[in-house]
Amino acid sequence: MSSATITPMTMVTATSIITDMFQYEFMNNAFAAAGIVAVVSGVVGFFLVMRGQTFAGHALSHIGFAGATGAGLIGLAPLWGLVGFTLAAGVVMGMLSDRISNRDVAIGVVLALALGFGLLFLHYYTSFATQATALLFGNVFAVDHTMIMTLGLLGAITLAALAAIMRPLIFATLQPELAEAKGVPLRFVSTAFLAIVALAVSECAQIVGVLMVFTLMVGPAAASQRVTSGLWNGLILSAGLALGEAWFGIVIAYHTDWPVSFCIAVLSALGYFVCLAACSLRTNANGPAEAGPQHNHSH
Amino acid sequence: MTAIVELDHATLRIGGRNVLADVSFDIAPGEFIGVLGPNGAGKTTLMRAILGLLPPSAGSLRVFGRTPQSGDPAIGYLPQLRTVLPDLRIRGLDFIGASLYGERWGMPSLTRKDRSSIEETLDAVGARELARRPLSEMSGGERQRLLLAQALMGMPKLLLLDEPLISLDHRHQEVVIDVVKTVCRERGITVLFSAHELNQLLGAIDRVLYLGNGQAVLGTVEEVVTAPVLSRLYGTEIEVLRASGHIFVLSRGRDVERHDHTHDHGHGHEHHH
Repeated sequence: MSSATITPMTMVTATSIITDMFQYEFMNNAFAAAGIVAVVSGVVGFFLVMRGQTFAGHALSHIGFAGATGAGLIGLAPLWGLVGFTLAAGVVMGMLSDRISNRDVAIGVVLALALGFGLLFLHYYTSFATQATALLFGNVFAVDHTMIMTLGLLGAITLAALAAIMRPLIFATLQPELAEAKGVPLRFVSTAFLAIVALAVSECAQIVGVLMVFTLMVGPAAASQRVTSGLWNGLILSAGLALGEAWFGIVIAYHTDWPVSFCIAVLSALGYFVCLAACSLRTNANGPAEAGPQHNHSH
Repeated sequence: MTAIVELDHATLRIGGRNVLADVSFDIAPGEFIGVLGPNGAGKTTLMRAILGLLPPSAGSLRVFGRTPQSGDPAIGYLPQLRTVLPDLRIRGLDFIGASLYGERWGMPSLTRKDRSSIEETLDAVGARELARRPLSEMSGGERQRLLLAQALMGMPKLLLLDEPLISLDHRHQEVVIDVVKTVCRERGITVLFSAHELNQLLGAIDRVLYLGNGQAVLGTVEEVVTAPVLSRLYGTEIEVLRASGHIFVLSRGRDVERHDHTHDHGHGHEHHH
């Protein structure tokens, strides 16, 4: 396993390995960009997982692919195509339903359509095709200063918007019926949240690519929710895991020459399964929970 | 004394259908009202109207002497359609904390005072330890007590409990009724408690509000649970039998209540035979 072979080596020549890496500007940029994006993804992803809307997040990233290739076609930076398309799609999805319900089929149809458009745009702008891989699977080593500033600004906006709606968002997620009775505007909250997810997805796609936003947006959040029960602990762990996985993924990629997104994906999956195992170990240790709901074994 | 809930020839419509038509009754402060009636009779609709979510299409509905507005902190509510995310490990304290000022923008933050008032309320329903337990490990009965504690937060004067006994076994059902009765007597809270079975509530309720056929009848059990009244509300011939402290409502020899909701209660009952 990569982590097992790297760790002893890192201990021995830690200083030289680290100073080596930071001699390169592209490495500094990669750490900065991945750091910003990981924290935003971990925090926004926490609520995405809590609301059971991960599929919607996945769909938004695919819609973003159409936006990014479309932007390339008309000579704009892919990021703005991503932001524009995902934001519009997020708002439309939010307005179509005011509570979490099973809309997987509709989302699936739109997702496929979006990928189709992405392909069409690529077809008409063939020189853009080399960038398609970067869009789909990310290319964190190609990040420049301007991009870091842009990601920082977008990240700040995303987190500020999330902080503004956080309390009603949690309430509406946990108990939509009661939240409605208490005057929470459910539709507005869910629309605003999907707009926030759209921004986070656009940023995340810059690092790990549209096909792999789950690695930073879902993996760490889901892992964190397996092992924590407090809200703030969960949020901090989710952001911390995303940050650790992104940075460690870059380190592994630097030393192995494997694609960064692959390394992050492996770490993300590893983190999730370790937390899953920790959770089930603990449950077994506690014995069959007295909680074992009586109504679950009636037959 | 002015009524807490006051309907005057009120009509409640949903999707072009009159759920309750031309209904009038008054509920006095501190009363414990059992709300009964067949499925679809309007129990939930009535509660949503009292919450200010559904204005009457005709007549008037007044709560605390005024037109109800959604978000009134003086009303505690336990909805029937409870979206409980079964996998969520969030602990009881944060679960209730999320509903505290949950309608305000900004980030959730619990002051020391909020925490202690959550713990006190959990204590009142005999569930102090739920503050630290994750939701995903709570039994149906424990969740119900958590939700009950939540409904009691902020010292409401009126409590609307929509089918709080659903999917609980008999033992937990009795505990919930008992807790509601004790806490609400103590605090002088008016309660509307909807349920499928009358018998369990007999020892707790002051009066019964029976809904059916677009109508509503409020009165003591002796006044309301009679063959002529229920036949009118069910729209079919009903027999009422009283035996050893229990009341059986029969339609052509079959128990109406039991027949009506085997679907909802199936799990709970099967265990206790």
